[in-house]
Amino acid sequence: MDVTFNLLINAIVAGILLGGFYAAVSIGISVAFGMLDIVNIAHPAFIILGSYIAYIVNVNLGVDPIVTVVVLSPAFFALGVAMYRWYYVAFERRGRESLSGLAFFFGILFIGEVALLLVFGVDYRTVNTPYIGPSFAITSNISISMRLFVPFLVSVAMVLAIQLYMTKTFAGRCILAVSQNQTALQLMGANPQHIKAIAFGLSIVTAAVAGAFLIVIQPVEPSIGREYIGRVFAVCVLGGMGSIPGTLLAAIILGVAESFTATFYGPSWAPAVSFGILLLTLAVRPAGLLGR
Amino acid sequence: MAPLRFFGVALGTAVAVFAAGAFVHNEYLYLAAYTVAQYIVLATAWNILGGYTGYVNFGAAGFFATGAYTSVFLHKTVALPLFLMIPIAGLICAVLGLAMGYLTLRLRGVFFAIATLAMAIVLHTLVVNWSFVGGARGAYIIRPREVMLFAGYSQYLFATMLALAAIAVSVARWVEHSRLGRGLAAIRDDETAAECSGVPTLRLKLVATSLSGLLMGFAGAPFPYYVGYVDPAGAFNLAYGVNSIAMPLIGGMSSWVGPLIGAVLLGTLQQVLTVTISSAVNLLLVGVLLVTFVTVAPNGIVGLFDKLRRKRGGRDG
Repeated sequence: MDVTFNLLINAIVAGILLGGFYAAVSIGISVAFGMLDIVNIAHPAFIILGSYIAYIVNVNLGVDPIVTVVVLSPAFFALGVAMYRWYYVAFERRGRESLSGLAFFFGILFIGEVALLLVFGVDYRTVNTPYIGPSFAITSNISISMRLFVPFLVSVAMVLAIQLYMTKTFAGRCILAVSQNQTALQLMGANPQHIKAIAFGLSIVTAAVAGAFLIVIQPVEPSIGREYIGRVFAVCVLGGMGSIPGTLLAAIILGVAESFTATFYGPSWAPAVSFGILLLTLAVRPAGLLGR
Repeated sequence: MAPLRFFGVALGTAVAVFAAGAFVHNEYLYLAAYTVAQYIVLATAWNILGGYTGYVNFGAAGFFATGAYTSVFLHKTVALPLFLMIPIAGLICAVLGLAMGYLTLRLRGVFFAIATLAMAIVLHTLVVNWSFVGGARGAYIIRPREVMLFAGYSQYLFATMLALAAIAVSVARWVEHSRLGRGLAAIRDDETAAECSGVPTLRLKLVATSLSGLLMGFAGAPFPYYVGYVDPAGAFNLAYGVNSIAMPLIGGMSSWVGPLIGAVLLGTLQQVLTVTISSAVNLLLVGVLLVTFVTVAPNGIVGLFDKLRRKRGGRDG
């Protein structure tokens, strides 16, 4: 087989795996920004927080990072609910979310980064699990590394679970109702703030789980969260605001596009891809691929 | 006060500050005061779009670095004197602001905010990959040995930045009191209503983004000469983005006074903290102050004073 062809196939496979991870990173923003209209630009801070908690537990107790954050998810949920309460009382209720609310989340993002920097320094941190290192071959030329494959599988499972939750359960349908028409929901006797708090909590849980994936895939230091701001919003907008299947699709498109760029132009150009996609989507089709 | 007379007063203040500095024979003080003046320019520039128009720009670091790297590029190609580089850097940043605005301002305002955040990262990537201006390794800039009229280059840089601060504050005050400023205020208060009353919203927003970008480019242009060595991590430092937002928010966004107060207070505080404790702690403080102020005192220090005055006035009256 031709070398370039090999490279191409490997780039596509790596891109799809990376895309699965990006879906986990972005699904929380699709819920918070796409459905609830809360522009949580501090989302990456919660991802990195998840990474560091997974790291601490892994180094001290040797527990698998993904298991750690899944077990701790009630705590992240509570954190998300508390964040939403703060946001609601200080900004949303007074109609100041567009400017003060954005600045608020920006401040949270910054505090998260600097606080982690003060505690852990700028060193890259890694975890130990059995699936970091080995890889398996599909054909003689294509191999898949387990450290990408495990997060991919769990991530896709998580996205499917959220899709089922949103469409099949009562609470999930309430969240969809909030995203469609808050006033109408209020007239039905439901409390939109209560539902939004649940949804935002869910969004923070997904961020923490994505953080565990992140530290499995690559070493983590406090400031790499910034690289994900462009990615999460590019995926959210390209997929169509609040569309969960759209998020998965857009994440895989972004993953493949970045993998191609890294393979054929060099990895240092990869961060620019998400911005290109974001601007292109906003200019050509602001509603996104599967937008309403 | 007429805009020109105000500019005279502002420039006079700048000259007075500079003259006061001449009595202090301390090189460090010049450098610290330069940073404060630079933040006056950045905060004032941010406020033209953020405070007057209500659109959040997270990419101040991107604009600032574009200004800085324009100087690096010009230094390596044609070696213009600094006072000619500043307007060129400003113009390039104005075009950048215009392009960003044109692509995203027709949609909801939040897309503009997200796009500026991502823009800083992309420009960073671009510079890292551009070896002519130093790439990831950075570039050394050798200051001219002497400069006319000034005792040394540090003094010259400080005077330049003070003059830029005077220009920025005068421009902001002029915008505030002009037809343009009233149009921007109408957009901030209710964009749909403004559009319906015949305010050319898109055009005014584009003027505001370009003007804001221009001033941020001004602030960045002398930076390579100030530090002597520029690398992407320094020029695109998130601290510029955070401070540009925190200073107007803490000072008060409704008028030109707010960013000025915010920049002087917060800028000085940071200089003191950097020297006495550590630079990471002072960044943490900026973040905490930002979150505290937007939550508790959304109108900043100016708003707190207004409230106090109104209360006192009510008791007297």
